[in-house]
Amino acid sequence: MTTAPTQAPARSFVATAIDPKYLIVFLITLVLVVGEARYSILGGYQRLATTLGVCVATELLLSWWLRGRVANVASAYITGISLALLIKPQANILWPFALGGFIAIASKYVLTYRGRHLWNPSNFAIALLVLVASDSVAILSHQWGNDLGTNLVIWAFGLVIAWRARVLHVTLTYVACFIVFAVLRHFIVGGPLFAELAPITGPMYQLFVFFMVTDPRTTVSTRGGRMIVVAIVALAETLIRLAGDYQIDLLRPFYVSPPILALAMVGPVAMFLDLRRTVGRSDSRTVGA
Amino acid sequence: MRSWRRFIVIAVFAAAIVAVVVLNAGATGGVASASESIHLSEVAHASGIDFVHQSPTLDPQVAHIAPHIGALGACVSVVDVNNDGWPDLYFTTSRFGASNALYLNQKDGTFRDIAAAAGVGAINRAGEGVSMGAVWGDYDNDGLEDLLVYKWGYPQLFHNLGNGRFEDVTAQSGLRTWMNSNGAVWLDFDRDGLLDLYITGYFRSDIDFWHLKTTRIMQSSWDFASNGGKNLLFKNLGNGRFKDVTDSMGVGSTRWTLAAAAADFNDDGWPDLYLANDYGPEELFLNHEGKRFELARSGLEDDSKSGMAVAVGDVYNRGEHDVFVTNISEKGFLFQGNNLRLNFLKQLGHFKEVTTGVAADAGWAWGAQFGDLNNDGLLDLFVANGFISADSGRDYWYAMSKIAGAQGNIFEDAKNWPPIGTASLSGYERSRVLLNRGQAGLVDVAQEAGVTDLLDGRAVAMADLFNSGLLDVVIANERSRALLYRNTASPPDPLSHRERENAHWVELKLVGTRSNRSAIGAEVTTEIGPGRQRQVVDGGSGFCSQNDRRLHFGLGDQRLGSVTIRWPSGETQVLNGLGIDQLHVITEPK
Repeated sequence: MTTAPTQAPARSFVATAIDPKYLIVFLITLVLVVGEARYSILGGYQRLATTLGVCVATELLLSWWLRGRVANVASAYITGISLALLIKPQANILWPFALGGFIAIASKYVLTYRGRHLWNPSNFAIALLVLVASDSVAILSHQWGNDLGTNLVIWAFGLVIAWRARVLHVTLTYVACFIVFAVLRHFIVGGPLFAELAPITGPMYQLFVFFMVTDPRTTVSTRGGRMIVVAIVALAETLIRLAGDYQIDLLRPFYVSPPILALAMVGPVAMFLDLRRTVGRSDSRTVGA
Repeated sequence: MRSWRRFIVIAVFAAAIVAVVVLNAGATGGVASASESIHLSEVAHASGIDFVHQSPTLDPQVAHIAPHIGALGACVSVVDVNNDGWPDLYFTTSRFGASNALYLNQKDGTFRDIAAAAGVGAINRAGEGVSMGAVWGDYDNDGLEDLLVYKWGYPQLFHNLGNGRFEDVTAQSGLRTWMNSNGAVWLDFDRDGLLDLYITGYFRSDIDFWHLKTTRIMQSSWDFASNGGKNLLFKNLGNGRFKDVTDSMGVGSTRWTLAAAAADFNDDGWPDLYLANDYGPEELFLNHEGKRFELARSGLEDDSKSGMAVAVGDVYNRGEHDVFVTNISEKGFLFQGNNLRLNFLKQLGHFKEVTTGVAADAGWAWGAQFGDLNNDGLLDLFVANGFISADSGRDYWYAMSKIAGAQGNIFEDAKNWPPIGTASLSGYERSRVLLNRGQAGLVDVAQEAGVTDLLDGRAVAMADLFNSGLLDVVIANERSRALLYRNTASPPDPLSHRERENAHWVELKLVGTRSNRSAIGAEVTTEIGPGRQRQVVDGGSGFCSQNDRRLHFGLGDQRLGSVTIRWPSGETQVLNGLGIDQLHVITEPK
């Protein structure tokens, strides 16, 4: 999900009260606490302990070993919680949490271009697990009670924090595009309109729109560019969904989780092109993890 | 230096991805060696059983998801209907005009359907509803097993007249209450010697599936729905009438209950109720001396899944009633996992969920039953799988996933569901035959056992149908033919024959006197070598099924120790020196 800075200036550590990344930390902690208290969404604290432990340890180790300094672990914290919430394993196995956590954080240090990582860490790990380990991993099968009240609380906090973190335009663009494409799919596929709109009212999309697609570290540098990219993500998602509707067997691994796999495909390409375009320009933007 | 460090990190990163692939490849679970298998042979047709279940037709307003809503009703229960010592079988079907079947055991390896002559066949009628299952129990203690058919519609109680015919006594029994039920159990909750009745509700009871007034009939949550039909507890008054005591006894759950089982889970001498709820957590109602039930906080309340069946068995010969509840798993989409819950109520106050490997994710699992299929002294497990096998080239999982994560008020309305058309939904899944190897765990031996069908299994029932000292398995399949897996014990090779010679058994038929005549709820603990295995006389369990009331204990090559019977009346009887490899008829001391 949203990844907190690994190269943030020292001042940001002092000004924690106003740093947007800590609002993100607060929001995902809120999601975790509310969801676990009301619906036991984790399915066992060992899962949370595993992902958090592995993510934080990997971040500390790799930042020290490769960059000579210990990174802020806010990013690893967010990734760890995200993975614990989104990964639903077969037969209570723990290895997807451990390996998923490691792969997520390590991807930031391995899959880089011009010093920047291309994938949102948790997006990369989940997409990889869903694609190559579908016998062992599904994604968020728990629906948090399908409860409007709980989701409204998270949407409300999420929108405020997205605004405060200056990524609200990304969230709203994605939501708007999703709705437009849902209506389009309704006319193409012919099923009930609410069936096409339904996914965005669910908990997986809360995690997606507030923590993953908005990750400043893995989005392009301009406001307009970010809106275009997120619209393309929504378009790619719609194509995957149509593949699901038309039962294109080859793409079955993708339509178990259309938005996450759409972002996993579109996000890095956009980042790569953006980094190429901005070559030579100094990158002083505060980044997420 | 940085570059070689980075190279190492890249190598470890790649190794982690390879590890994911390798570990995923090993996710299918253990395989048994040929020497420790179970051997079953499908003989339904050869035995004269050609029963085919038909799904209900429903109101056109839900035609777009009718295959999903109406994919229930294929059930089987075991009964010795004529007290000849040979188990008979009752199957239900679910379409108006279609007939249920009562297969009378001919004692020669074949069965004959006598439902029409007995008056328990043609009971699926417009205005009355369609059958969803049946349980047998001697509610009037006249020595003959009576029949309760639960329905989407009015349940029906049939009194066994003893002459091969039954009388419909529903009207005078007080049971004529419209329900959309998929389960029921007989139990004597107040230990007054009369069998009471617990009927579970699935869809709300105000729904008439042939005259819908609204399409807001579906669950309001996939996790914690409580807008299902209300379960009802009927107390047997002893005069052929039953009284609804649901509210005063506190067992009126409105979760979407698909299955129930009764046993004394906390060992206080009173039968408790364990419920498997779809779209919600399981529930254990503890019986407080027949005066009220209390929903236990036993670790079940937060573990929400899609409970389909409750099987009760003493998995590790600890003298406890453990529980197996089936759930849904589908590659990529959903891993709920079945639950094998070891009973530590007395020690820890809760169950301990220990499911791993092949027992956990078997597919869209339905009926399940414990039984010692190879007479080695440990209870094995049979699990039937598969929901809707239709067009194998089309799959409803993606379409259903659109609404699964949505707000409840969206999918509570059936008209918001994507049409299923001809698609399959977890179709063509095979059953699992899980061999119990004790501490070595469960291993799937279905292929070696000869269980290879891909039908949509629902009910599973076990009985020694041929009085051979071996448990056979009967499967009722949705929209398909019933299967009878005859237990052949071993293939014809010398080694296995030797094993067979060392696979001893004992069976008990209990006859209540002060307790209900069927002895339903009687708890039997048998010392088998160093362990002790506990079983309960079945008033209904699994998913819409009922095992034989006779209890079957495999012994392997171990000594049979004492057999302790705790009758529903509270009487405890200890038997020593029982002969092995035979059936004992035990009558409750007066």
